[in-house]
Amino acid sequence: MSNLSSSPVDDIVALEGVTKRFPGIVANDSIDLSIRPGEVHVLLGENGAGKSTLIGMLSGLQQPDEGRILVDGKPMPITSPRQALALGIGTVFQHMMLVPTLTVAENLLLGGPWWQRPRTEELEARVAEITRSLGIVVKLHARVSELSLGEQQQVEIVRAMVRNSRLLILDESTSMLTPQGIEELGALMRRLVEQGLAIVFITHKLKEAAAFGDRISVLKLGRKVGEIPPERFRALGEQEIISEIVELMFGKRKDDPEAAERPVASVDTEAAPLLQVIDLAVAATDNAPGLSSISFDIRPGEILGIAGIDGNGQKQLAEALSGQRVASGSVRLEGATIETLSVGERSRRGLRYLTDDRLGEGTVGTFPVSINFFLKQVGAAPFWRNGVEQRAEIDRRAGELVREYDVRTPSLKTPVARLSGGNIQKVLLARELAEGAKVVIFNKPTYGLDLANTLASRQRIRDAAQRGLAVLLISTDLEELLSMCNRIAVMANGSLVGTVANADDARTRVGRLMIGLAA
Amino acid sequence: MSIDTAPTASATALDASSGVAARRDILRRVLMTIGPILAALVIAGCILLAVGVDPLAYYGYVLEKGLFSPLGIQQTLTRMAPLLFLAAGLIVAFRAGMWNLGGDGQFLLGAVTAAASAPFFVGIMPAWLALFCAFVVATLVAMIWSLVPALLRAYQGVNEIITTLMMTFLGTSLANVLVKLVFRDPGTTVPQTRTLPVEDRLPRLFDTTITSGLLFGLAAIVIVHLVMTRTAFGLKLRIVGANPRAAVHAGLGVPGLTIGVFAISAGLAGLAGAVDIIGVQGNVRADWNPAYGLAVIPAVFLARMNGFAAIGFVFLLSVLSIGGESAARRLGVPNHFTLVLVSIVLIVLALAEYVDHRYNQSRKA
Repeated sequence: MSNLSSSPVDDIVALEGVTKRFPGIVANDSIDLSIRPGEVHVLLGENGAGKSTLIGMLSGLQQPDEGRILVDGKPMPITSPRQALALGIGTVFQHMMLVPTLTVAENLLLGGPWWQRPRTEELEARVAEITRSLGIVVKLHARVSELSLGEQQQVEIVRAMVRNSRLLILDESTSMLTPQGIEELGALMRRLVEQGLAIVFITHKLKEAAAFGDRISVLKLGRKVGEIPPERFRALGEQEIISEIVELMFGKRKDDPEAAERPVASVDTEAAPLLQVIDLAVAATDNAPGLSSISFDIRPGEILGIAGIDGNGQKQLAEALSGQRVASGSVRLEGATIETLSVGERSRRGLRYLTDDRLGEGTVGTFPVSINFFLKQVGAAPFWRNGVEQRAEIDRRAGELVREYDVRTPSLKTPVARLSGGNIQKVLLARELAEGAKVVIFNKPTYGLDLANTLASRQRIRDAAQRGLAVLLISTDLEELLSMCNRIAVMANGSLVGTVANADDARTRVGRLMIGLAA
Repeated sequence: MSIDTAPTASATALDASSGVAARRDILRRVLMTIGPILAALVIAGCILLAVGVDPLAYYGYVLEKGLFSPLGIQQTLTRMAPLLFLAAGLIVAFRAGMWNLGGDGQFLLGAVTAAASAPFFVGIMPAWLALFCAFVVATLVAMIWSLVPALLRAYQGVNEIITTLMMTFLGTSLANVLVKLVFRDPGTTVPQTRTLPVEDRLPRLFDTTITSGLLFGLAAIVIVHLVMTRTAFGLKLRIVGANPRAAVHAGLGVPGLTIGVFAISAGLAGLAGAVDIIGVQGNVRADWNPAYGLAVIPAVFLARMNGFAAIGFVFLLSVLSIGGESAARRLGVPNHFTLVLVSIVLIVLALAEYVDHRYNQSRKA
């Protein structure tokens, strides 16, 4: 179908003003989207931009709170994954959804009526037809566990085709593939849209978006901030597209309520650094990138930002510094080496880590708010004496912290998981900024918070720096870094690719570093 | 964007009303526990009817023999001693999120160690010190037995449910081998260890047949409860149990705590064995395995790992098992019916919890 550009095409699926809220955050804010046959529609955005929620609604896992979804021009609520399939919407999720111990054929036959014999011959004919037209080979009788991730993905795509999908959603499909696998997937997508299929391709990699897309929609913090239609797409070169996307993703909007930028306080450059990191390295694991030769230092009162696309080693850096992850290299706190110390000892010396995983590791959700304030001080006076809990002392101090940090909780005994994200974050802030803090690592401190809580958290961080603490601020939100940091280092593939002073041209220089260009 | 609008002042105001809520919560919990037990008694009664036994006669007999007759209640209270120690050990492990299901192996090894060492120590030192030493040795042996699962879990993340269960098979067999080959009393024809003379055993309470081990057991479970709820050590264990990642993040030495939990849990199981031998049995016969360790698990779950509630449920379990043993002889209902009854209670309780949860959810929605 090459005549698409001229004649107007009806959307297979269209979203009109779709909004989805979760407690404390707006995941999707009035999003319009049109998905057309013969097009690869790229959804681009950071983690937390709302891509997964959008996919959840298209595939029937979630329902929109406002707005509507039109299928073939008619409003159609998609109430279940089964119904999504029946409407011809097939989804290939980020994580493989195949049973590894079964063969490919068995996987493809799953979901058939249980009272019938599996129709193997029919399937084989159908798969042969599909794979021939796509020019790929699927080994029907191989066990899934023997296939490479790229091959597994092809199986998932074929599965969607066997079920007569007209719209194929590929969620972060390249994240686990080799470069060659990514190329093959790109070619496959091209052949699929040539057959008249519509594809929604989710990614946060700019180069893939530019290489494989026909139309690009950029999401940012739940809002759609821009779209590049096919006409413009073809008119531009790859570099121009990338720079336009960068502008959309990291550029400033006029009506941005967070843009109340503060003059960044100056730092005494003569002062001895509070935190020095020299040649920090972490070995890569199966599911996490490593770190290599990370070096930086932070002076008292300074906020050093770490920018970068999520998943480039930011969490590993935070964990290596806090002692939760084995690392080589040297870490000095006030000149004393601490890299051999345990997590607890580092914290006692004043190195605090405010995790981005508030419920997963930051708190014990079933424990009361009061105890969660002191999770990192268990056994310490005055809250424990001779190992015995001093409940009155704990409640008194917790009450103070609740007031000081404005934690909205029904009572001190409330399990902390019942609080909203913003209030849990206040508990963490109170805990990490408590007496004795010298260096504080903030990992995505405003991720998922509403505006009021975001602004309050940022003010806490600025206040901490004002008190003379050294702050390492890891964030994927460039606005946040620009409004708070003295310097911004950019992280890519587990190393720091450059450090930029937060001056007037910082926005463009950081943006260029993030997409792999020299600043 | 949503912004919390609740005034901060309510934080303190609501504290006052939480007392009422707490009382209602306790009442609901009691109902949620008693109701399912009654339902389970009805279901078990149906099973009894199906096998041709009058359930009322059975329950009446169990109550009479386990609770209302003077001899029965004394036996029941005596039976509680080892069960309380086992329950205490399970509370520590379960609250720390470690499923030590190897109680029986640890119990038997503790029992055999006590049975072998007590007569030996009695010969060379004053009786009270001898019993104390026997207790210590039994505890240590059980602790050492738990090292394999503990180290595997702490440093390799191997599931302790599997390892402790496997170790219990080995432990029971090893205990048997020790009785038959190493510690066998040459003076008798049946394979058993040397018998500790009645006058050297733990004293009985007053003029009854109740062992003073009961008091030790009560002390153990109360201490464990207080340690778990009121001390820094207990809190650390509960953090590990509730969210291991938070424990790492908070800087707790999780491997060390893991090994500690296994040592305490197994040590208490070993003590249970020692108390049963030194207080009641006097020796270990070959192939003796009362399987108390597994029987106590449901009681601890029913008590929701609360020490004081566990005392009540262990008492109930003792009544059922003592009464059930008598009823087995009299009415021909197998001894194991006690376990059937307890498991029905547990299943009904789980169902009730599920229904309650769903009801709460739907009310909120």
